[in-house]
Amino acid sequence: MLNPQLTNDGKLKHLLSIEGLPKAIIKQILDTAESFVGVAEREVKKVPLLRGKTVCNLFFENSTRTRTTFEIAAKRLSADVITLNVSTSSQSKGETILDTIDNLTAMHADMFVVRHAQSGAAHMIAKHVAPHIHVINAGDGRHAHPTQGLLDAFTIRRYKPEMHNLRVAIVGDILHSRVARSEIHALTSLGVPEVRVIAPKTLLPENVEKLGVHVFHDMREGLKDVDVIMMLRLQNERMAGAMLPSSQEYFKTYGLTPEKLALAKPDAIVMHPGPMNRGVEIDSAVADGKQSVILPQVTYGIAVRMAVMSILAGNS
Amino acid sequence: MKIHIKNGHLIDPKNGIDSKKDLFIAAGKIIAVGESPEGFIANQIIDANNLIVIPGLVDLSARLREPGFEHKATLESEMQAAVAGGITSLACPPDTDPVLDEPGLVEMLKHRAKQLNLAHVYPLGALTHQLNGQEITEMCELTEAGCVGFSQADSAIKDTQVLWRAMQYAATFGFTVWLRPEEPYLAKDGVAHDGEVAARLGLKGIPTASETLAIASILRIAKETGAKVHLCRLSTAEGVDMVRAAKKTGQQISCDVSANHLHLTDFDIGFFDSNAHLRPPLRSQRDKEALSAGLVDGTIDAICSDHTPVDDDAKLYPFAEAEAGATGLELLLPLILKWAEDNKVNLNQAITTATEMPAKILGIAAGNLSVNSNADICIFDPKQYWKIEASALLSQGKNSPFLGLELAGKVKYTLVNGHIVHQSE
Repeated sequence: MLNPQLTNDGKLKHLLSIEGLPKAIIKQILDTAESFVGVAEREVKKVPLLRGKTVCNLFFENSTRTRTTFEIAAKRLSADVITLNVSTSSQSKGETILDTIDNLTAMHADMFVVRHAQSGAAHMIAKHVAPHIHVINAGDGRHAHPTQGLLDAFTIRRYKPEMHNLRVAIVGDILHSRVARSEIHALTSLGVPEVRVIAPKTLLPENVEKLGVHVFHDMREGLKDVDVIMMLRLQNERMAGAMLPSSQEYFKTYGLTPEKLALAKPDAIVMHPGPMNRGVEIDSAVADGKQSVILPQVTYGIAVRMAVMSILAGNS
Repeated sequence: MKIHIKNGHLIDPKNGIDSKKDLFIAAGKIIAVGESPEGFIANQIIDANNLIVIPGLVDLSARLREPGFEHKATLESEMQAAVAGGITSLACPPDTDPVLDEPGLVEMLKHRAKQLNLAHVYPLGALTHQLNGQEITEMCELTEAGCVGFSQADSAIKDTQVLWRAMQYAATFGFTVWLRPEEPYLAKDGVAHDGEVAARLGLKGIPTASETLAIASILRIAKETGAKVHLCRLSTAEGVDMVRAAKKTGQQISCDVSANHLHLTDFDIGFFDSNAHLRPPLRSQRDKEALSAGLVDGTIDAICSDHTPVDDDAKLYPFAEAEAGATGLELLLPLILKWAEDNKVNLNQAITTATEMPAKILGIAAGNLSVNSNADICIFDPKQYWKIEASALLSQGKNSPFLGLELAGKVKYTLVNGHIVHQSE
């Protein structure tokens, strides 16, 4: 099966998922992102790499952080940016996704940044678009959120450069999380030897160990001696029902408190893709504590997204 | 019209024939096998040299989409597709719009099918009104109108009391109940086998237990009520084991598998190929092998096409939102041949699963080449390869997970009631 994200000569054509991405391309993205970190600190926060290009942010599902950071990233690259919240416009009039894409292509969009509630939406769009157009998956259902996975890997690499020597724990709702899937693929591809997932059985997919992770149900056991703790957001609708009894019980069993954090290595870092539920998956003392790198994640997110966009544009 | 089919290799499992023999047809019936009857002068001679002559195939599940979904397929297009695939009898599930829950609709469908004079159509009536799983239908009236059994299609009954009563009622009159075993709560919103692929792609899974729990209830209720049950589209290894065990205890039960599930697994979903979105879902390699083994040892009685033509538009959605189903009528024979070859099953046994066995399940006189039976015949070239592509299919449904594949087995002639209804080069 051909990898739909690569060109015939193996260059990045679309960014749809980290799974199947060669390690060299992941490294290229992270290295390029390094060079963009400084741009934000300049007086003129712009580089001309995407001048004359039109980037279309197509959000079929709501988002604030991802949408904004993509918008800033595209603008810092000097692209023209349009952001469409499709959930509130054409879709409600019954237009199909592909019709929306065709219309925007007719307006000469060069790059689509797509978020959709269904797994596989970005793949479908990538299969449909004209050859000169690039698609970036900004989150599709439970499947993938590759730029988040990359920015998390980037953040870890900045704080813990020896990735082949790390123990990383991902905690929370793995079942419904596209972030977790992308993090797992990014870390295993970059050679992190031990990736753990910590969750109750109701929030883990069947056969999750086939993704190359170690499964823990007891958080205290799972956090022992880890270098990195990646917390996941618990969606409101999952806090009570058949999967979990209550947010209070969840906090008790899987919430990250200073006391549980103490089980990890003393210099462990704490990450969260946001938006956080304080007091549900993470205690404020940890979120705002000195081991937290949650805000740097957001900052690096812009550099990583700039890197992805500039590499794609360079492969046109 | 008198037809002489000569030089063909005849395979007729019911009569134990697997050799070169001629076939003589008159007045729509087979009048002799082997030796020409005295004074027989054919109006037409079909030279079947290097071809295989078998009973017309009997398909246990073909959605014709009429009434209600004519934009997906019409009776005419699908009946043409059926005979192009060598299928001369087919059962159609009741999930049309309106649902086949009234005698008038069934009569109309039978009448329209008869007018087309292609394959024989055997409708399955809805087991419950509107398939709503609440009120049972007028099964006697529907049977009189032409229904050969009663089915819930893909809408499993949630209320076990209704299922119990429906089976009791059907048992009263000896009607067969056709059920696809799926526990609806466990399968809710699921779109793929709950395994590694679903975990990786982030698709909501349908666990194996959804099938096994349903089989357990159905088998138990069938036993208590004495209902005749046919289980449709088995998909799991555990399901096959349960049916095997039930048959061992002497329980009267039959079941089928779709040709798709004998060849594909969840890995064929690849990067979200909506053509591989099927119901039940494609499962693991282990399940696929168990289905094959079940068919070989007779646990599974029949292979069907599970023909479900879907219009292109309905597949142009992300995987979960794309309509489930694949076109199948014209692929049934080549897929059976491929299955036989891949699994080293002799052709005779493979052909039984799509002729004699399904005819028995339907309770119809078909699926064999006995003297005096209807001349429903399929003549095919086992060595001719053809490519599965939209332009090669007569069905209005061009949706297939096999697109692009080359398969052996091309139907050259199909006869229904002694008339040539399909012929190809």
